Order: sequence, then C-alpha cells, then structure tokens
Amino acid sequence: MSEAGGMGSGAGAPPPAAGSSGSSSTGSPAVRDTGWTAAVRSRLEGRLPLEEVLPTRQPAFVGSWVYVFGVVTIAALVWVLVSGTVLAFMGAAWWHTSNLGHFFNSIHFWSVQMFFIFMVLHLWGQYWGAGWRDGRAKTWMVGVVLFLVSIVTAFTGYLVQQNFDSQWIAVNAKDAINASGLGGFFNVLNFGQMYGIHVMLFPIALTLLVVLHIVQVRSRGVVRPIGDPYVADTGASASTGAPQ
Amino acid sequence: MSARRPKIDKADYYRGIRMTPYDLIKEIAIATVGILVVVLILSAVLSSPDVPSATIQAWAKSDPVDFVTTAAGELSSQTITAQYGPPYTTGSGSVQSIGPIEPQVWAGVHVAVNAALDFVLQPLSQATVGDQTLASGLTTFNDASAAQQQKWLAAYNQALGSAKLVSNEVSVPSGDYGPVPVLMSRLLVLARSGGLDALLLTSDHFYQTDYSKPLLFLSDGGYFRGLAQAQDLTGTQWGMMNETGRYPGQAWLWLFTLWYQVPAIGSASNADLLVVVVMTILSLGLLLVPFIPGVRDIPRWIPVHKLIWRQHYKSMARRTRA
Repeated sequence: MSEAGGMGSGAGAPPPAAGSSGSSSTGSPAVRDTGWTAAVRSRLEGRLPLEEVLPTRQPAFVGSWVYVFGVVTIAALVWVLVSGTVLAFMGAAWWHTSNLGHFFNSIHFWSVQMFFIFMVLHLWGQYWGAGWRDGRAKTWMVGVVLFLVSIVTAFTGYLVQQNFDSQWIAVNAKDAINASGLGGFFNVLNFGQMYGIHVMLFPIALTLLVVLHIVQVRSRGVVRPIGDPYVADTGASASTGAPQ
Repeated sequence: MSARRPKIDKADYYRGIRMTPYDLIKEIAIATVGILVVVLILSAVLSSPDVPSATIQAWAKSDPVDFVTTAAGELSSQTITAQYGPPYTTGSGSVQSIGPIEPQVWAGVHVAVNAALDFVLQPLSQATVGDQTLASGLTTFNDASAAQQQKWLAAYNQALGSAKLVSNEVSVPSGDYGPVPVLMSRLLVLARSGGLDALLLTSDHFYQTDYSKPLLFLSDGGYFRGLAQAQDLTGTQWGMMNETGRYPGQAWLWLFTLWYQVPAIGSASNADLLVVVVMTILSLGLLLVPFIPGVRDIPRWIPVHKLIWRQHYKSMARRTRA
C-alpha cells in the first residue's frame, strides 16, 4: 500500500526539496532555490517521483486483461520505430531492391498493424471503463490526439512507400485535403515533403505524446472501477460527473 | 496553490482497494519480446505488399490511345487537372464548397500547374534536338491563335474517338488537325522511351522530390484508374482502406471510407469536403467524450465494465456478504 498508496506528493502535494526551504550543500541556513530550472525541477519531482514512474504495486483490479493493451501498443511502437529507423537509414528505395530491406519493411508494416490493433483495443477498453473519470479527462484527450496523429503518421508512411499504393493513395487523398484548403501546404504528391514529415516530424510528435500520455497515466494512477467510486473523507464523491 | 482544486492523494484514492505486487519493467519486456515474435512470424510468412509503381512509360506502351487522348486533353485544357482549381490552377472544376464555405478557394494556388505547358509543350520543346519536324510543329502550334489551336484540338479530340492502333502508332481519320498529330506522335515516342517520366520531374533544380506533375498527369488517364480497379482500390470498393494484394491496409480509415459509401454523400459534388467536415466533427466528439452528457454515460448504461473488472466486482460482492 505504501508504494502505490504513498504517492501523495505525486498527486499534487508540494515536493520537499527544490522550490521549498531546505539545507544547502554547505550546511548554511536554508536557501530557497528560485528560477525556471528550480520551478521545472520542483514540478517534475512533485508530479512524478520515481515510485510513480516505476511502480511495484498496483491496485488489484489492474490485473484485468484490458490493461495489457496499452503496454502492448507501446511495445509495437518500439518495433515500428526500430524498423523505421533502419529503413530511413538505408534510404527510401532500399527495400525495393534488397530482400533484407523488404523483410525490414515487412517488420515495419506488421508492427504498424499491431500498433493500431492494440491502440484501438486500448481506446475501446478505456471508453468502456470510462477512463476519464476522477480528473483524467486530459489523459483521455491526449490519448485521442495520439490516435489521430498516429493515423496521419501511418498515412504519410503509405505515401512514401514508392510503389503503386503510394501513387494511388496520394492521387485519391489529394482531393479531400485540397477540399479542406490544406493541399497547398500539405502536398501529398510531394514525396520529399511527405518523407520528411513521416520519418522526422510525426515520429517525434508521436513519441513526445506517448511520453506525455504515460506521465499522465503514471502521475494519476489508473481510475477506479465503475460502481466502486472514490469517496472522499467528507463523504462526497470526487468524481467529475462521469459514470460512477 | 490555494486557488487550485486540491488533487486527490493516491493513498486516499485507492482506499479500500487491495494493492498487489506489480512489475512494470517485466510486463513491458514480455510485451516487447512477444510483439517482436509475432511480427517476425508475420513478416516471414506473409511478407508485405509492394506492387511496382505505375510509370508513364508503361502507360504509353500498354495503352497508347488512352495516353494520346489524355495528352490531347491536357493540351486543350479538358482534363481534370487542367480545370481543377486551387491549389493547382485558377479554375473551378474540382473546387468543393458548402454554401459560402470554400476553404479550397480561400487557400489559393500554391502548387501551380499549367497542364498544356507542363505535361505536353514543355517536355516536347526539350526533345526537339535533331527533330526538325517536331520543332516546326511546335512553332506552328505556338504561333497559332488560341482559337486556331482549339479548332485543331477539338477536331483531333473528336477523331480520337475512332482512333486505332496501326503499326504501333495511334491513327485517326484524316482531318484538319494542324500540327497536333505530330506533337502527339512525338510525345508518345518520348513517353515510350521513358523520357517523359524524367522530363515531368525537371525543374531548375538538380535534385527532384516533388512528383506532383507526373502523378497528376497519370491520374488524368484511364490507364491508372484501371490498374487501381484491378486491385479493388477505387472509392466504391472501399479503396481508401484497402491495399494491393490480400493485405490489411489502413483499416483504421474505415469510418472515413464509410461515408463515401453513403449515396447522399458519395455522389455529391462536394463529397470530399462533406466527409472532411463529418470526420472533423466526429474526431472532436471523440476528443471531448468526457464532457458530452450521454456519450460519457454509455459505459455505465451498457455494462461492459462488468467484464473488464469481473474479479474486482466478485471480490466486492464477497466483501459485502462478509
């Protein structure tokens, strides 16, 4: 209980070190650290102590299969990034001319399929468990943004395969993107632009969002089951109006 | 600090809930290895799709009549690309709007394409070396008035309706077509050699990464669509989420594709914009689920959570009985 439960500071209480009074390294009277660095350190330490990042105890209900989907999604993303790095390193056309390259492309392809399968299962799991309750709406929203960014990332991946699929998808997708007024700025027929976006910008965005999502999950912990709501000491529910 | 809503202490939040040992790193390691094994097996057994890209050369070789018909259409500004509108041209052929809402027009032309010049005249002008007939034909065409050019092209386009392939050349009945047959004949030769694929990529830069022009030219012809149809990739075949071969494509686009199958939307002249608007609204809805009454209550009304937390509810029931 003390590990997962003793995370009170992680839930918002001010941290004991930076940003508050304490002893300096010289043993002189307490000096309050100030500045941007101290503020960021204080916030990080307050919101995400190590026992939150790497928990060794969890509520028993986390034993449900539904909690596996999120972890497996991240596992698939690892192989998407690894195989994508190899493909990017060897050049855009490598996989068309090399058996090894084609195999790495297959790994990339199937990792992406796994990534989406488990991400959608994770999303549905969180929906049916109303995972946004008790102040977790932002976690849900970042997850949805992740889902949408993933779709665009995969889409740009299909555009830079340099084969018939790429050509056909680009030619068809352009009409919807042009109709929305974005076609001149996000030109799906421009291989160079799509390649840069696919191998650089979107993977960075995706990774940062995943990190943010994990931090959100770890800092608040998993939501209690529906029908077994948190009841504060005052006897009032702390829920936000979502299903109990 | 005092103005902020106090956050719930986790020890307090999980009050009454049994805590169990948990090994996050082990779980991640097992999941990572497990996924790798599955992915390696799928990759080794099923591989991945890679149908070679279509080329203008292959088009000109396998369907020269379609190629010449499309090229003549570009020259007379009768194709989809020639009349498209923003971001390619100032036309309005493919401009979509919902009432006064016209984001396509508002955005303007950013990838300028002159179909006649970029797809036909410019490549031909680069192939005139040693070909006096072509050079003369180009001069005649360029020096002619716009009305005369259109007269030749209208007659030629009509004649293409009864075109035949004779000695591997596109032959049309005799008529007053001016230099157009020469231009088309030379463009066909250029395309068959593979030269047009390269010439459509040329600009004033050495490096080329923008395939807008060759793709737009390809998409104006029937050949390209025919290849897609053979692979079940067209819109009416749920093509947006399909992939060549028997592979899963972008299955996650099923909802986007679904709207095109609805006759009222799929047959509308502004279908793409309608689908974009619908999907934007639905995406915002998904994003804001926690705040939408009714939608956020469905998980309570339909008790899927009884399956998710089955063990927890059993233990709750046991505690209650005790």
